[in-house]
Amino acid sequence: MTKPPKASAPAKPSLFKTLEIDTRLLGMIGAFVVICLVFNIITDGRFLTARNLFNLSIQTVSVAIMATGMVFVIVTRHIDLSVGALLATCSAVMGVMQVQMLPGILGLGSPLIAPLAILGGLLAGALIGAFNGWLIGYQRIPAFIVTLGGLLVWRNVGWYMTDGQTLGPLDQNFLLLGGVEGTIGATGSWILGVLFSLAAIWAIWRARAAKIQHEFPVKPLWAEGALMAISVGAIMGFVAILNSYEVPIGRLKREFEARGEVLPEGYSEVYGLPISVLILIFVAIAMTVLARRTRLGRYIFATGGNPDAAELSGINTRMLTVKIFALMGFLCGLSAMVAQARLANHTNDIGTLDELRVIAAAVIGGTALAGGIGTIYGAILGAIIMQSLQSGMAMVGVDAPFQNIVVGALLVLAVWIDIQYRKRTGEKV
Amino acid sequence: MSQSTENRGTPLVELRDISISFGGIKAVDHVTVDLYPGEVVGLLGHNGAGKSTLIKCLSGAYQMDAGEIFINGDKAEIRNPRDARAYNIETIYQTLALADNLDAASNLFLGRELVTPAGFVDDARMEAETRKIMGRLNPNFRKFKDPVKALSGGQRQSVAIARAVYFNAKILIMDEPTAALGPHETQMVAELIQELKAQGLGIFLIEHDIHNVMKLCDRASVMKNGQLVGTVNVDEVTDEDILGMIILGKTPEGVSA
Repeated sequence: MTKPPKASAPAKPSLFKTLEIDTRLLGMIGAFVVICLVFNIITDGRFLTARNLFNLSIQTVSVAIMATGMVFVIVTRHIDLSVGALLATCSAVMGVMQVQMLPGILGLGSPLIAPLAILGGLLAGALIGAFNGWLIGYQRIPAFIVTLGGLLVWRNVGWYMTDGQTLGPLDQNFLLLGGVEGTIGATGSWILGVLFSLAAIWAIWRARAAKIQHEFPVKPLWAEGALMAISVGAIMGFVAILNSYEVPIGRLKREFEARGEVLPEGYSEVYGLPISVLILIFVAIAMTVLARRTRLGRYIFATGGNPDAAELSGINTRMLTVKIFALMGFLCGLSAMVAQARLANHTNDIGTLDELRVIAAAVIGGTALAGGIGTIYGAILGAIIMQSLQSGMAMVGVDAPFQNIVVGALLVLAVWIDIQYRKRTGEKV
Repeated sequence: MSQSTENRGTPLVELRDISISFGGIKAVDHVTVDLYPGEVVGLLGHNGAGKSTLIKCLSGAYQMDAGEIFINGDKAEIRNPRDARAYNIETIYQTLALADNLDAASNLFLGRELVTPAGFVDDARMEAETRKIMGRLNPNFRKFKDPVKALSGGQRQSVAIARAVYFNAKILIMDEPTAALGPHETQMVAELIQELKAQGLGIFLIEHDIHNVMKLCDRASVMKNGQLVGTVNVDEVTDEDILGMIILGKTPEGVSA
């Protein structure tokens, strides 16, 4: 929705303008590259390894999924402080169903356990989110208060449900969703990479065709070609990195032994795309389509830009608030699923301080707290930047308090840069 | 220009005995006004006289406490802006009611987006339609891709007007449409009002400038302190008569329409 801000009548369009690439996006990618390079130098090349990038991607998923929902919340001038707590409650629902309830009914190891537990967790998230939205939209309680209360309430509902105990071991199928336990291997990853590349090319070509059909000005062909090349390069590059991370020999040995076989000499296997990362990619695509191509998305941004105008245009802004928070809750459930599977059990403190990470990811990604402006890809990039900083510092051996100090300072710095940027481009702050 | 209102059949809109109060203050107090096809009725009065509030009952932004609305002689239930739009009532608000972060096409179709067969918003078609209508209303308009906050006052106004005109309004409400405009743009709006009037639309025009009222309106209804002072045929009165109604709250003898 945020289009690249245009300077007033430039004589000759710059390269980025011709390509119609968001300069803010470029700034974020630049920041990410700098972070990677700096840590790579400090760690003598350990940061930019396939292994670390693989871990980085699976660590980012949970916060990134929630950050996409937080974009809609902040765009409509609300805030959700309860996402970490909501994640804990959803995780508790899934944990209790998986470990205590369902095995007794369906029998241990039943293939129905994982889907039912997930369904329960997602439903819980969506319902609690909708309830928050009702309090905010229809009862007119500020979102800040509703979700500040929710932070305490849902954190402790989760605690109460599990008596504060760690729940595990989790269902085997469920663990596939966490990351390292569930990857689709080299061939599958390449196939998906090619499919995504084709989809990107098709999308760019189709957008151009639609413009030509309506006789709108289009980019020069070379610019379209360059965009396609960049998209394909990024997709295939990402797949190539994940496909070069080999499964450790010890782990392969264990797997073969478990099947009663012997590991052949010289055998190797790579992880490829983790299922959790695929989930994030699908969430990102779905949320982007929702934001840009549906009426709901249009109404979300219109309401953020001018709530009165939205109301006068016949948009039911109260119901819209319920939908936005229900979606946020649903995404908290999805994040709970990934986070719990990655950690291999439900713990009482799961998702602690996630509300701050999620809000920071959205804000670092360019979502304006004044409302009306924000992108899904920005929020995901924001989450990646924060996670890379955090794990980079952990690798270097920065003390835990300093890690948090840096992340906190980064949030303030990012908003400051954003304000300067908007001032320069004449946008409202 | 004006005809006797008795033999013109059914009014397009009749607001009958409308009252609405906010926290004990009667913003609109038993006001009755009507509007015929092809007619411009000016609503006049000081700030706070209740003009905008009255008109918001018709546009669905407010819900009246008492009174009835008749459209083409039938009783109408207008509970929200969607209901009003269903009766082909379009409103150009004083604030313009534009979402500043969206482009002209998104604003024009806000709440009534064109969609593809698959149900997605059809931005290309909406932009094409926007270019068409803007070509008619404001041929100099070029900034189709920019958010409307990047537009000038006049350009923003033309987006708001395009939104009202595009959807085949039968009843148009304009709340001080020329307040923020320069002389050239004001002239354009005046011409547009004449054109729409000739097409048979009924227009409620809230206006402060007596000169504009005398030029554009057929009748004028004056309000003071939430009450209707009176309604007059504009060509039967002078500027001073109308000013007297606004300031003193008195209808001159023998001109009531």
